[in-house]
Amino acid sequence: MYNFFGWQLVTGNLHLAFTQHSKHMKKVIPAVFVFIFATAFAIQQQPAGLKAAIARGKTVYENACLACHQQDGSGVPNMNPPLAKTKWVLGDKKALTKIILKGLQGGEIEIDGDTFHNPMPPQESVLNDQEIADVLTYVRNSFGNKASMVTMAEVKALRAKLK
Amino acid sequence: MKKKFLLACTVMIVVTAFANDTTRLHSSATAKALKEDAPPITLPQGFTSVVVTSGLGKARHLVVAANGDVFVKLEKLKDGKGIIRLHDGNGDGRADEISGFGNYRGTGITIKNGYLYASSDQDVYRYKIDEKTGTVDTASEQKIVTGLVAKNQHETKSLTLDNEGNIYVNIGAPSNCCQVQDRVKGSPGQDPCPILEKAGGIWQFKADKTNQSYGEGVRYATGLRNVVGLDWNTQVNELYVMQHGRDMLYQFYPDLFSQKEGAENPSEEMFRIKKGADCGWPYCYYDVDKKEKLLNPEYGGDRKKTDRCADKTKSIVQFPGHLAPNALLFYTGNQFPDKYKNGAFIAFHGSWNRAPEPQAGFFVVFVPFKDGMPSGKWEVFADGFSGFTQGASTGKAKYRPCGLAQGPDGSLYVSDDNNGMIWKVSYGK
Repeated sequence: MYNFFGWQLVTGNLHLAFTQHSKHMKKVIPAVFVFIFATAFAIQQQPAGLKAAIARGKTVYENACLACHQQDGSGVPNMNPPLAKTKWVLGDKKALTKIILKGLQGGEIEIDGDTFHNPMPPQESVLNDQEIADVLTYVRNSFGNKASMVTMAEVKALRAKLK
Repeated sequence: MKKKFLLACTVMIVVTAFANDTTRLHSSATAKALKEDAPPITLPQGFTSVVVTSGLGKARHLVVAANGDVFVKLEKLKDGKGIIRLHDGNGDGRADEISGFGNYRGTGITIKNGYLYASSDQDVYRYKIDEKTGTVDTASEQKIVTGLVAKNQHETKSLTLDNEGNIYVNIGAPSNCCQVQDRVKGSPGQDPCPILEKAGGIWQFKADKTNQSYGEGVRYATGLRNVVGLDWNTQVNELYVMQHGRDMLYQFYPDLFSQKEGAENPSEEMFRIKKGADCGWPYCYYDVDKKEKLLNPEYGGDRKKTDRCADKTKSIVQFPGHLAPNALLFYTGNQFPDKYKNGAFIAFHGSWNRAPEPQAGFFVVFVPFKDGMPSGKWEVFADGFSGFTQGASTGKAKYRPCGLAQGPDGSLYVSDDNNGMIWKVSYGK
């Protein structure tokens, strides 16, 4: 499914490239090929990594997050924010990772004028870097979300910086 | 299982059909309006419901004046107003004049001896009201209580008054179980719990004095994690409260609680409160399976130890876990059949800490009472608010019962804080 989607995306770009002005064509064609090769390589690499990270992240989610954010990521009105299609989840990865590591007092998250009052317990002493990367990757690619992976290195770097 | 489910569906359809049939006895215009937006709530045979209004948003508690005007407290302002007045001019049960006042959000609202009382999350206000006309003198606003603890969690303030000029205010604990780090697995319970000094209990204030705070108030009862539903029982002249029990027993203590036991535990409890009562939070919880008050695991509990919980005030009714009792009302009207007289209605907001087990609640139950004590098992009175199919999450609930009030004719009003729907439930009409 992801592969298919990936190739669709590439063909889309290719099509776009060929519709550009013809005098740019000579430069564009090699660039497009480079892009195709790079993407194809990435597609071969990433889905396997992404798929495995999502699978691992699902287990972390069920143990550490599901009770409050619910099975479908819809959260609980006034208490625990939803994780589906919000800027908090899909936006800045560092800000999101910080919330997991350090937690929240409650009340900071506002979505469409609604606030959420339960505290978010800090997970820095509960989950390791890999688990946090996996669960964030799962959340960013579930409940209708689609966003880039969070890597263990990114979590590790931020954890060190926030110490 | 399948057969039972089918049977339940059939019963529901029949009940709904019956309810619709009886409501059609009203004028054709009303019947048409009802048919369009009639919510799928189910009631015992002989009862009908009318939608008073809808779309108020976070409609929390409500109260009905002697003239039948309904006053609703909102947790999110609507057009800048936090208190909504609903007036039914033609007597069909539906509001045809809607107005508002009070620019603060909150939960508590009640009427006593010519005053309407309402709360924000920190303060309590009162206004002169002419109950014969439902007219509120908004210029008479007085802040009678101020500066109460409100820290995000369990921050809402519920209100009730006795007949001696006292008002009772719930101050919920901004915590799950008074851990050093709230809601962090493995964090121990603070002992003694410092939160109890200013929250986690019911405070008593004078109904007619302005600007009271902790110094002027009395901690009437302690050891109550969070109470949203409370009522003064005028038959026995005592305070009754519904406690929201703690969360996360399975998630924090999987060695002590299975997933299913964590969904059912601890009980949501009803207490009959005497001055000075200590109901046990955060040290104790009521174990649904062991049927007794036990020591919380954060304080060394193992589902066997009673320890210091032995001499805490015992609850008089226990309900399954996490159902979230948001309103309590002792029925003193004459409209409903005899068995309802002086009994308790409780609106359950519905659970969330049961996931991944199915969520529960989202209904109004009835407990029969005799002389201030329960005289029979609790039963579901009004249901179907959530509109759930199996496995749905809390956020998908259509309506969530939050407030209860009794009208001058003995009708029961129910509010929903998801969409702001208000129902009027009547018998034999």
